[in-house]
Amino acid sequence: MTQITITVNGKAETRDVEPRTLLVHFLREELRLTGTHVGCDTSQCGACTVHLDGRAVKSCTVLAVQADGGAVTTIEGMARGEVMHPLQAAFKEEHGLQCGFCTPGMIMSAADLLARTPQPTEAEIRGALEGNLCRCTGYQNIVRAVQTAARTMAKA
Amino acid sequence: MYPASFAYHRATSVSHALELLATYGDDAKVLAGGHSLLPVMKLRFAAPAHLIDLGRVPGMSGITESGGVVTIGAMARHADVASSAVVRAKAPLLAEVAGHIGDPMIRNMGTIGGSLAHADPAADLPAAMLALGASVVLQGKGGSRTVGADQFFVDTFQTALGAGELLVAVQVPVSSAACAYAKHPDPASGYAIAGVAIQLGASGGRVALTGLAPRPMRLAAVEAALAAGAGAAAADRAADGVEFIEDARGSAAYKANLARVFTQRALTAALARK
Repeated sequence: MTQITITVNGKAETRDVEPRTLLVHFLREELRLTGTHVGCDTSQCGACTVHLDGRAVKSCTVLAVQADGGAVTTIEGMARGEVMHPLQAAFKEEHGLQCGFCTPGMIMSAADLLARTPQPTEAEIRGALEGNLCRCTGYQNIVRAVQTAARTMAKA
Repeated sequence: MYPASFAYHRATSVSHALELLATYGDDAKVLAGGHSLLPVMKLRFAAPAHLIDLGRVPGMSGITESGGVVTIGAMARHADVASSAVVRAKAPLLAEVAGHIGDPMIRNMGTIGGSLAHADPAADLPAAMLALGASVVLQGKGGSRTVGADQFFVDTFQTALGAGELLVAVQVPVSSAACAYAKHPDPASGYAIAGVAIQLGASGGRVALTGLAPRPMRLAAVEAALAAGAGAAAADRAADGVEFIEDARGSAAYKANLARVFTQRALTAALARK
């Protein structure tokens, strides 16, 4: 076992883990933060996307020991109390989800995009979401949700 | 999916990593960003007893230019290579190709050294390395050696990296020549079903193929036709002398056609930038 400390959604979490523990399992099973999903489990679908030190990564393809000493933000860290993050509100408003399985990953990728590019073009949004697969809605409303969130955040 | 159990070693310096490699030998694998290695470990295609993590070795991800050579640390992430002002100005083909790898999240974790050492025959970077005439710096306990891309990629998942050696940096000759990368990505994985990288020279140019053959390779017949002044028609020679892989993605004839089509696209784009 290896002792690691990861700051998750602002709170330092210290645990003993097997080195082979994947970050997504650390989040879901050790910390019970089950908003981060395991979809394909092969680095393709993006349902497991979280931020590691400010960048969107696929947590099914990162060892928890690699994130030791780092800062992770998950979908649970996006809302402020009862107030949804503008991206969460926009996905609801624009019908950017159907079953919702891909949504946490979509939002984390989109948040990374908007942090770097606050007013993205449609092509930039589609490029940023290239590693996030949705199997029910198609992408039209997801793109619209990101555009809506960008407008909301520009006003804030 | 969990990888098989392994002992985890966090290297604190290049020499520490080399010591660990010497100690554990063939039972060890080196972990860079993990985006080539961890997927194969999760599928149990690889089950190393020891993992040597380079993630905390200081000074392995810098990007600098001096004396006509751009040097990129092995631990530089694809996203950093793609957005680096130095790479974009001095080795634009490498920036373009790095920006085509996988998807944004993969580019945020995957590293240039990890991808090259893994040598997936469908990876993007090897085509850029060959077209750029770039080299890798391999560090051993007794010193370092520089190996050109033409010698480095030996076969499928096989490189010239020796036992006990670490790929520590990539060296790219500065060039402002017209270049282009044309790629047909696998829609799920983002790997190249076909990828062609081209860097034009004063006369002719270097043309490299990935995805379609057992290893990344230069297209000698296309380069000869280019040097002879064939222009975009040189793409007609893209299947000459290439042994194409037949697999679930298509027959050898289909792959040969992809080679010609994507060579033509890359060549047309590069010639338009001249």
